[in-house]
This record gives sequence, C-alpha cells and structure tokens, in this order.
Amino acid sequence: MRRSSKKSSSSAPAGQTKAVSKEVERIDQLFYTYADSSSGMVDPEGIETLCSHLEVPHTDVRILMLAWKMGCEKQGYITLDEWRSGLKTLRADSISKLKKAFPEMVQEVTRPSNFQDFYPFAFRYCLTEDKKKCIEIPVACELLNLVLSLQFRPQVDKLMDYLKYQNDYKVINMDQWMGFLRFCNEIIFPSLDNYDPDQAWPLILDNFVEWLRANKN
Amino acid sequence: MCTQKPPNDYSKQLYERYKEALDDYIKSVVVPSLKGKHGEFLLRELVGRWKNHKVMVRWLSRFFHYLDRYYVSRKLLLPLNELGQSCFHDLVFKELKTTLTLTLIDMIDAEREGQLIDRALVKDVIDIYVEIGWGSLGLYEGDFEQDFLNSTTDYYSKKAQAWIVEDSCPEYLLKAEECLQKEKERVGHYLHSKTETKLLEDSLLELISRRAEQILNKENSGCRVLLLDGKTEDLSRMCRLFSRVEDGLFQLSKVFKEHVNEEGMSLLKSATDAANSKNERKEIVGALDQDFVRKVIELHDKQQSYVINCFQNNTVFHKAIKEAFEIICNKEVAGCTSAESLATFCDNILRKGGSEKLGDEALEETLEKVVTILTYISDRDLFVEFHRKKLGKRLLFDKSVNDEHERSLLSKLKQYFGGQLTSKMEGMLGDMTRARDQQANFDEYMSQITESNPRVDFSVTVLTAGRWPTYKSSNINLPSEMIKCVEAFKNYYDSKEKCKKLSWLYSMGNCNIVAKFDTKPIELIVTTYQAALLLLFNGADRLSYSEIVTQLNLPDDDALRLLHSLSCAKYKILNKEPLNRTISPNDIFLFNHKFTDKMRRIKVPLPPTDEKKKVVEDVNKDRRFSIDAAIVRIMKSRKVMGHQQLVVECVEQLSRMFKPDVKLIKRRIEDLISREYLERDLETTNSYRYLA
Repeated sequence: MRRSSKKSSSSAPAGQTKAVSKEVERIDQLFYTYADSSSGMVDPEGIETLCSHLEVPHTDVRILMLAWKMGCEKQGYITLDEWRSGLKTLRADSISKLKKAFPEMVQEVTRPSNFQDFYPFAFRYCLTEDKKKCIEIPVACELLNLVLSLQFRPQVDKLMDYLKYQNDYKVINMDQWMGFLRFCNEIIFPSLDNYDPDQAWPLILDNFVEWLRANKN
Repeated sequence: MCTQKPPNDYSKQLYERYKEALDDYIKSVVVPSLKGKHGEFLLRELVGRWKNHKVMVRWLSRFFHYLDRYYVSRKLLLPLNELGQSCFHDLVFKELKTTLTLTLIDMIDAEREGQLIDRALVKDVIDIYVEIGWGSLGLYEGDFEQDFLNSTTDYYSKKAQAWIVEDSCPEYLLKAEECLQKEKERVGHYLHSKTETKLLEDSLLELISRRAEQILNKENSGCRVLLLDGKTEDLSRMCRLFSRVEDGLFQLSKVFKEHVNEEGMSLLKSATDAANSKNERKEIVGALDQDFVRKVIELHDKQQSYVINCFQNNTVFHKAIKEAFEIICNKEVAGCTSAESLATFCDNILRKGGSEKLGDEALEETLEKVVTILTYISDRDLFVEFHRKKLGKRLLFDKSVNDEHERSLLSKLKQYFGGQLTSKMEGMLGDMTRARDQQANFDEYMSQITESNPRVDFSVTVLTAGRWPTYKSSNINLPSEMIKCVEAFKNYYDSKEKCKKLSWLYSMGNCNIVAKFDTKPIELIVTTYQAALLLLFNGADRLSYSEIVTQLNLPDDDALRLLHSLSCAKYKILNKEPLNRTISPNDIFLFNHKFTDKMRRIKVPLPPTDEKKKVVEDVNKDRRFSIDAAIVRIMKSRKVMGHQQLVVECVEQLSRMFKPDVKLIKRRIEDLISREYLERDLETTNSYRYLA
C-alpha cells in the first residue's frame, strides 16, 4: 500500500499569508535550479548535483529517505509536486534548511510505524521497468545494506553472504523482501532459536537458516 | 409350648435349647473325632461329619418349624437351618479352616505335579466352604480361593522361572498351554466355576505376562527364530497365548515388525551391494532390480501368510507389515526407484517373450500382488507414467501377451487409486481395439482401389493424441513403396473423418522385409526406419554415412543408432568400412551379400533410447501443476487458512498419487502469491488469504 503523499498542485487559496506563499515560491525556485528544462523534472544528473550541494553521497540512505518523504515514484526523477510536498513537510526552502532537516527525518523514518512503510517503498523504488516485480540479487544486497544495516548489521552481513552464495533464486520479489524485515524483527540472532521452518516463512529464508545452522562450526 | 402367651411362651428357650443341643453334640462328638486327624483323613472325617450335621439340622428344623414361622421372623433371628450351620461353622469350621485350606492346596499341587488325588473328596470339601457360607461365596473366596490363587501364582512363578531357562521357546509355550488347559479342567472337576476367570488370569500372568520379554527374545528359539524358520504351529500357539494377556499382542507385533523391517533391510542391502559391485553393464543391473522386486513380493507373501495363518489376521500385525514395507518400498535400488522397477516388472510379465512366463491364473495373481506393493509406494504417479510408456511400446509393437490382462491390471489400479491414474491408459487400449476394427475396413477399401494399390501388406494404427506418451518422429524420406501406402491411407482416412488431422510417427512403425542374400533369402523383422535404410541399398551397393543421412533426411543420433544396429550388432546385415564397432561420419556401408543364419526369419533389434530422465521430468512437471491446483482448490473453499493446515490438507489431497515435498509446496505457494492467487493474511500470522 503506498502512502499517498501526493497533493494536487493548486494555487494558493485566498487568505493564505504572504509568508507561506513566499515559501512556496522559494521551494519552486529551488526546484528549477536542479530540474531539467525540457522534461520539467529533476533527472539523475540534477539529483547528483543536489547531493553534492547537500554534501551527502547520492548512494546514501538519506537520499532514499528523502525520496520517500517526497513520495517519488520513479527512481532518479523528482517531479515538481513530489518536490513541493517533500520540502513542505520538512519545512525547508533552502539547501541549508534541507540539510538541517535530515537528522530529524532519519529519526522519523526509523520509527517502526514509518519504517514499515519506508521499507517496501525502497523495494518499489528500485524496480526499473513497468510490470517488473523483482529486483536482481546484487541490487537486493545493496539495498539491504543501505536500508537495514543500521539496525541489523549482523543479520544483513550474513544475509548478503548467503544471497551471493545460493543459486536457487536469481531475483527477489516483494514477498521475500518483506520476509527479510520480518526475520530481522522477530528472530533471535544469531541463535535462531525461535525460527520454525514449518511456518509460513518464505522458502529462501528456510534455506538461509539451514545454511547458517550448517555453517555454524 | 410356643403358641401360648407369655410368660408361658417358651419360644425363646426353645430356640436357645436348640442351639445348645447342637453345640453340645458338636463339642462332644464332632470335635473329638476330628482332633488328631491330619491330611486326607481329616478331610474325609470332616466331610462325613458335615453330611451328618446337615441331615440332623434338616430334621430338627422340621420338628421345630413352628419357631421358624413365627418366632424367628418376628425377632429377626437366624432361621433354624442357618443357625444349625452356624454352630458347625463356629465350633468346627472356624478352627480348622486354615488347616483345611493348606491341605487342599497341597493336594492340588500334588495333582499338578502329576499325582492322582481324590478329586471327589476335594470337591466335597470345597462344597462345604460354599454351603457353609449360606450360599454366598464370602467364605469360599475369603478362606479358600484367595489362598489358592496365591499358591497358584507361587507355583507357576517357580515353574516358569525354571522352564524359561531350560526350555526352548516353543517347548515353553507348549507347556504353558497345557497348564492352562489343565487348570481349566480343574475348575470343572472340583472348584467353583467363578474361580475360572481369576485362575486363568493369574496363571497367564505368571506364565506369559511376566516372562513375555524372555519368551519372545529367547536365544535360538525366540519369536524371530520361529519367524525365520517358518514354524507356523508354534507361532500360532504363541499368538493364542499372547492374545489372552494385556498388551500381549502388542508386544508380539513389535517383535514381528522388527523382523519384517530387518528382513526388508537385508534385502535392500544385498541388492545395493550387488549393484555396487557390478556397476558396469546395464543388463545385469536391470536384472538386479527385477530380482529385488521379486524378492520383495516373496517377502510380502510370506509375512502376509504369517499374519493370516498364525496371527489371527489381526490388524496390529497388518499395520506392522504396512509400516515396514512403506520403508522398504520407497528406497532406490541399483539406481532405479521402486516405481520404475515395479513398472519394468509388470512389463516383463505382460510382454510376449518377457522374462516371466506365467499361466493366466498365475499372471492374475501376480498382478494382484503388484498392486499391493504399489500401495506401499508413495510415488504412484511415477509408476503410472513408466507403465504408460511401456504399455505404449507393448501395444504398438504387438508385444502384449493379452489385452484381458492389461485391462485387468488397469481396473485393479482404478479400484485402489481412482480413475485419474488410469483414464489415459484405458484410452490407449480403446484406440488399439478401434484400430483393429478400422483395419478391416481399410483392407476392404484397399482391395477395391486398383491403380494406387501399393500391393504391400500394410496396416495403420491411429492413436488419439493426449492419451499416448509423446513420441519423437522426424520427417524421414520413405522409400516409394511406403509412400504409396501412406498416400492410400491418407485418402481413405480423409474420406471417413473430415475434421481430424493425422501426424505420422514413422519412428514407431515396424516392417517385415525380405533380403535376398547369396545363400538364401531371409525375412528380417525391423523398424520402419531400419527398413527405409536397407531399401536404399536396392539402388546402390555402397553408401557413405553422409549419403545415407542426406537421402533419408535422418537426424544424426538416429543415424548412429540405426547403423549400429545393422552393422555392429549381433546380425551384420551391412558391412562397414572401417571394420570396428563404432559408427563415425566417415564410414562406408555395403550390403552384406554373404550374410546368413540358420533361421529363415530373424528380428534385428533396435535398442531403445533411455527415457528415464524424460519420464522423471514429465512427472515432476505434472506434480507442480497438481500441487498448484490443489492449493488453489483448497484456498478457494476456505478463503483464509493457516500455513501448516494448508500444507497438511495439500499433502492429503495428493496422497493417492504421490507424496509432495513440503519445501516444494512452500515454493508453489510463493509462486501463487506472486501470481496473485493468494496473499499473506495481514491479520493472522502465518496465514494466507484467497484472492478472488
């Protein structure tokens, strides 16, 4: 379920204070400094520039979080609406304010209720073409690293090892992706005592646990 | 004296005097007469005295009957008869009863040891116990029976201990059975009938229950040995005895199950060892797995006969067989699954010139046994697929012994496992019958057309696609004689069935072709492909590999097999340059004029390709579909279901055909999730929801 964060663009209603409309103007202006003139969107190049201004590498998880805040649909592109809604919620209308908003944003995203939404968003964001429902193993590993390693470093390390080692699956689908999060949240690590393969865990996790247990020595 | 009013009513005194009189008599006469006597003499004396006493009391009671009628009933006292007996009891019996019991028990033990005793005497004494208790068995049970039973227990305990060491198991059982029989008779001779159950129970407890382990596991003669040696009588006795004690049959069945398991395991082991030591030629390995099947059937028959003849056809034993055979029959032997071996076994029975030549009745019996073994195998769909392939070959090459037997086997399979498994094969048999009927019409048609008549005896079998296994066939260039035949049939068929399309499977045909060799002409029975190849040599004496391949439009792997069968195998119809046993693309082939054989007609076989891998692949594919269908079916009716429950139901639904791997089911569930037939239920953990 997508968190709908799109608001249809509307002109400022009558009675809006001047300060607010100034803010909107500044946000829009900021947008146009990065947007590509022909497409009217910020494209990958623009994003890279944005990142360098923010002094954050563009592979950093915070950029992904920003994309979530904005509700970006397509990886590498930001529309005006998405930009507006994101920066408005972050109360930033300049690069410096945006940068300052990051720590709070990270905290907000890591809250379990939000993280439950951010996590599948990250997966969907990485889907490249229309109708494609899976991401390749190397991409999945990188994404896991990006998104989960802060909270679940040891699990992520082992999982990445396993995903690269096994060859039953060449791609990961959303169901398996969600399974990884559930696994990190629910299963005691590294003892794995409460893991029961007779329950509805995705098969890839059954195999992962088997592999872990076999290689304990 | 009694009817007057008090104080002239002397009833009380009369009553008391009555008692006194008896007491006096007893004290003065009976007791002294019994004093100083022992053993049997005591018993005899007692019996005599009791008899007298009974008579006396009876008569006296009659004299004073009036007392009984009024005084006794009004005052709720003991009636005179009973009063009389109680005197005897209090003064005589009470003192003597321990001695009496001991004496009796001694006598009984003596009889057990084989001595003759005075049974009547014993009976009389025991009757006293019963009578003196005023009809209730309180005294009998309290003063006699309990001690008797205890002594019986002691007696048999000692005996059992000795016997179990000295005797072999069958001897012990024989003795035990005899003892039980004697004890039963004993009750009839002199004990009260109520003792029978308790007596037998106690004896059985000592003889059998307490020693059950030792009996069953006696070295060199215990249950297992008896089973191995086929000692049915001893086993029957064992079963009879053990069935009378609690848990007896269960213990016996445990030993039986171990036995069957071990026999099965040793069969498996010897088959696997033999296969490992001879892992070269396929024919030997093939024979090994057939051997195994035969031995499994034999073992099953033997154990079944034990259960039916010795173990009272009891379900516990049938269950033991089932559990043991389910293990044995699901292991691979000599590289073949049991499903495949069993299918090969059927093929050998049902094929003309197969390795098993059986008469009609024996054949039917064997087929019945095959189906029984199949009930233990979990991969039934694999068996059916192998069987179907082999059936196809038998039917198409006219190798089946008898249509009746084929149908009989199919109907047995249907009976046990449902029609799903057999519908295709029944269709195949139907096609063959129809083809035979068609042939008559076709022959008539051929006799009527004159110009395009190829003048070759020619028959066509039309198969309904989907029922038969898929057969590979290529578009080879047939010789002109054959093309004429094909054309003729095409015309005939098109005129009869407008809407049906024929695809020709030349690879499955066969041909009788006469080859004129120098010495004598010989009729060769070959496949259509082989015949087409040979007919090329009507036009040229010498042909190279590439010429043959081009002229026939043959794929290479077929060409290799064909040429090998005609030039490097048993019958060298063609000569090959260079002279070796492998076919290479540079070889040259010549018709071997000099070939001859003492027979006028020989079959030149074409060894078949190995289809095992394909069969297994096909079955696995079908299984995936079956599992998917089962999951969707279940979820559609239940809407929401827990994971474990779903797996259990799925396994159950499919159990007739095969045993699905739990991991595979999980995989199919995930696949169905990604295809949006199901989703994970958000409210209940570990559950799925059906997506309409």
